[in-house]
Amino acid sequence: MRGRGMRRRCAKPLAAEKRRRGKVGLNPTLRATLAVLALSGTAAGADGLATPLTATPGDPARGAQIVTDPQHGLCTLCHAGPFPQVAFTGTLGPDLTGVGARRTLADLRQQIVDSRRANPDTIMPPYHSTEGLNRVGERWQGTTLMTAQEVEDVVAYLATLTGDTP
Amino acid sequence: MIRAAVLAGIVLALPAGAQDRRTGYDDMSPALQAMQDDPMNPAAFWLIDGEALWSEPAGTRGQSCADCHDAAEDSMAGVAARYPAWDEEQAAPVDLNGRIALCRDRHQGAGPQDRADPDILALLAYVTHQSRGMPLTPDPDPRLDPARARGETLFTTRMGQLNLSCAQCHDDNSGGHLAAALIPQGHPTGYPQYRLEWETLGTLERRIRGCLTGVRAEPFAPGSADFIALALYLQSRAAGLQVETLPIRP
Ligand code: HEC
Ligand code: HEC
Ligand code: HEC
Repeated sequence: MRGRGMRRRCAKPLAAEKRRRGKVGLNPTLRATLAVLALSGTAAGADGLATPLTATPGDPARGAQIVTDPQHGLCTLCHAGPFPQVAFTGTLGPDLTGVGARRTLADLRQQIVDSRRANPDTIMPPYHSTEGLNRVGERWQGTTLMTAQEVEDVVAYLATLTGDTP
Repeated sequence: MIRAAVLAGIVLALPAGAQDRRTGYDDMSPALQAMQDDPMNPAAFWLIDGEALWSEPAGTRGQSCADCHDAAEDSMAGVAARYPAWDEEQAAPVDLNGRIALCRDRHQGAGPQDRADPDILALLAYVTHQSRGMPLTPDPDPRLDPARARGETLFTTRMGQLNLSCAQCHDDNSGGHLAAALIPQGHPTGYPQYRLEWETLGTLERRIRGCLTGVRAEPFAPGSADFIALALYLQSRAAGLQVETLPIRP
């Protein structure tokens, strides 16, 4: 492989070679890297995100604040759950009661970071991804709904929701 | 038995989907419906203003709407039920708000108008009132079709940081609750409307701006081609539903 590439590079002008590689060819190292990325992409869809996004462990108390603040987490716009302090909860997503028992940490993290990995048609916003977004308002451009640490806090809180009563 | 059969026949004769379409009025509490049904509700002040403005000379020509259009009850009946329509001079679709602003500018000589100007809103309320209870009847002019198709695309495109399309809320999740708010089907039957939240009369444009900022998307510029495209699609999606005036919303 590498030998053939070398030969071609010697035989052709550099500009033509760049064009060719831009269109179809990839150098083998890059191809290998992409294969790994694609694999981890599939794994993320099926098995979630096992690795925490930050070195600091999530703080469940801060996570609780974020989840139950309709202005910040927005979660209760769609989800009911064990949140007696929230006056009105929405009906668009499943009740989060017991979610820490039925989903793994990796799963919960993936659901918050970018729920589209598990369900491309989801209506749950991607909380830590700007990928593929369209017509984002000027003041929110380039920002995510949550920081990496906030995601970890929320995941840590969700993991505590293991009881089966709201 | 006979009555049931006749009723079934009527229901079958309605266009597909028409039976289960609901307006924002249908979704309101009886108290709010009673407020809308009261001819002296808060929107009535704009109607009264609009009626007076209709026969007031304005602009450099000193002509009133009535000078050219006579009695609004006759000339404006059904106009709001049909708009947006094609404007020959601009060779583009125009909504009723834009049409009234254009008449002020072109025919009264009052210069370019702000679409949200209180006088324009009052005239919009008055002209719309002449279509009270009439079914929305999209203008069949084929020149409007590309914009209407663009409107459908916009309606079904995810937008903003929350990455939601109009259709995901208003088609797929209408009847559900977003926190305390009931998600309506999003029909444009009651505009301009008095919203209790706004404490004033506002346009469809303003309402949609609220939905767009809700999902943290960039709103459409006032009177932009994209907004009018969306209005055209909303209007054909609501075809057959009746024009509400004087509309109230929470
Ligand atoms: C616009 C509505 C919406 C918002 C806002 C939203 N979600 Fe969701 N969520 C959903 C829907 C719908 C699902 C169902 C699965 C799917 O389609 O992704 C879901 C699924 C989930 C799940 C998996 C539930 C299960 O039973 O397995 C978790 C956990 C979750 N959401 C947490 C959150 C948290 C935490 C927030 C706030 C940070 C949030 N959601 C905000 C709509 C929403
Ligand atoms: C996240 C869900 C959501 C999205 C996305 C959304 N809306 Fe809405 N919309 C609502 C809610 C909720 C209301 C009811 C108003 C309220 O109570 O605040 C509403 C109200 C409306 C109304 C008022 C209907 C009436 O009876 O007067 C129209 C029209 C409308 N939306 C159009 C749109 C359009 C067009 C889009 C896309 C550009 C859109 N909406 C996107 C949730 C949404
Ligand atoms: C000097 C005459 C003149 C005056 C004054 C005038 N208009 Fe017009 N109006 C027109 C003409 C001509 C049209 C057809 C469209 C065009 O060529 O601009 C029209 C069209 C309209 C339409 C659309 C009717 C349809 O069936 O499509 C509306 C609504 C309207 N005018 C409202 C008003 C209002 C409200 C005023 C007062 C603020 C007004 N007009 C003042 C001449 C006038």
